[in-house]
Amino acid sequence: MKNNAVDVDALHVRRGRNEILHGISLGVQRGELVGLLGPSGSGKTTLLRSIVGVQRLSGGGVTVLDHPAGSSALRTRVGYVTQAASVYDDLTVRQNIEYFRAILGAPAADVDRVIEQTGLGSHAGALVSSLSGGQRGRVSLAAALVGSPELLVLDEPTVGLDPVLRVELWTLFRALTAAGTTLIVSSHVMDEATRCDRLLLLRDGALIADTTPDALLRDTATTDPETAFLTLIERSAAA
Amino acid sequence: MRTLATTRRVLTQIGHDTRTIGLLLVVPSLLIGLMAWLFDDTGTFEQIGPAVLGLFPFIIMFLVTSIATLRERRSGTLERLLTMPLTKLDFILGYALAFGLLAIAQALIACGFAIWVCGLQIDGPVGLLIAVAVADGVLGTALGLLASAFARTEFQVVQFMPALVFPQVILGGVIIPRDQMPDTLYAISDWLPLSHAIDALNAVARDSEDAAWIGVKLLVLAAFAVGAIGLGAVTLRRRTS
Repeated sequence: MKNNAVDVDALHVRRGRNEILHGISLGVQRGELVGLLGPSGSGKTTLLRSIVGVQRLSGGGVTVLDHPAGSSALRTRVGYVTQAASVYDDLTVRQNIEYFRAILGAPAADVDRVIEQTGLGSHAGALVSSLSGGQRGRVSLAAALVGSPELLVLDEPTVGLDPVLRVELWTLFRALTAAGTTLIVSSHVMDEATRCDRLLLLRDGALIADTTPDALLRDTATTDPETAFLTLIERSAAA
Repeated sequence: MRTLATTRRVLTQIGHDTRTIGLLLVVPSLLIGLMAWLFDDTGTFEQIGPAVLGLFPFIIMFLVTSIATLRERRSGTLERLLTMPLTKLDFILGYALAFGLLAIAQALIACGFAIWVCGLQIDGPVGLLIAVAVADGVLGTALGLLASAFARTEFQVVQFMPALVFPQVILGGVIIPRDQMPDTLYAISDWLPLSHAIDALNAVARDSEDAAWIGVKLLVLAAFAVGAIGLGAVTLRRRTS
């Protein structure tokens, strides 16, 4: 059996006087599509940043693909998409991707592939500043797909997208995991939970559930993830 | 490789912004022309003209570079790059090269305009004059890179200009020659890179020193630029809170 793609062990993160994450432990298997769900301010982004290795930790550790998170061996193997599109507004879509390809040392064919995968073919020559918010987000995603990283960490990639595009993206995520990529996708839209293999529910910096979509509904005796999440919150408050 | 890819990317970004290119290349010459006109028939332009050739590339490259790199920090692209196999030095050198090339173009145009249009008298070799003006632009770029490391907002980065640049201009020998300053200020000005640049420009214009002396001044400027670039690279952090 192969080791986990991600192991988080008693992770504490403090920012100033506030503790953002209070001792989180979890494991993600290779090839899994994991949904990280929770309200805004629950610590999702901080947890993702810790996995990518750009977050200063105050306790515990994170291991990614058998290396400490953020180590130089991981820099071509982990793709990260921040919540705000981190691409250059004053370059075209293709120029953005070309640049990140050069930095990653990925094959030249990757440029066309990722533009195709994210459905940006008709905008390849357009300046990013002329695109809509959803399109900019896809450019940011395309940049993360360059070099086919083994682990993709996506912070709210479907925010603000129309339902058709959202379905297309989830189809893409599923295809990526079928090819062996591990995906961790955060969202505050509970409906998206049903599309994942596994669900991590985060609230106020603590993990309140580590489950599967089916088990979540079964355990809470509910029919939709939103209600299930509310039930879990009530339970954790009562405990 | 990654350094050059970064240089090419920065130049492509600026290439999409023709107004910025126009302003970068034309504004110093316009200001030099204005000063030549202002001091028409007084001989003052002959005195301060060479120093002014060093001021504009320095100030303008400082501003442009500090804002460009701050934008990179604010847009999240720097954080993305630092999760990739790009070294901090790749990043800083990539920027320094891109803006260094722009500084060369700018200095060439400004020197040509001052000498052939405004009739600035240069007794020493014009090539050396251009070399010092270019070094000035590169120095502005290097200090701009460093300043942006300490600024979190656009407001702060603009405030670094009066804080870091104006003292160098005031003490650099443009307003009064450095040897007429109070001793303490003269000692301080010896530690400011722009003073050495202005000394070198004046020396070339009057042909008062030999090439070796100018070479030493160029080395001093290069040392300041390398120091600022190194410090700038050290202040980049892959992990932040």
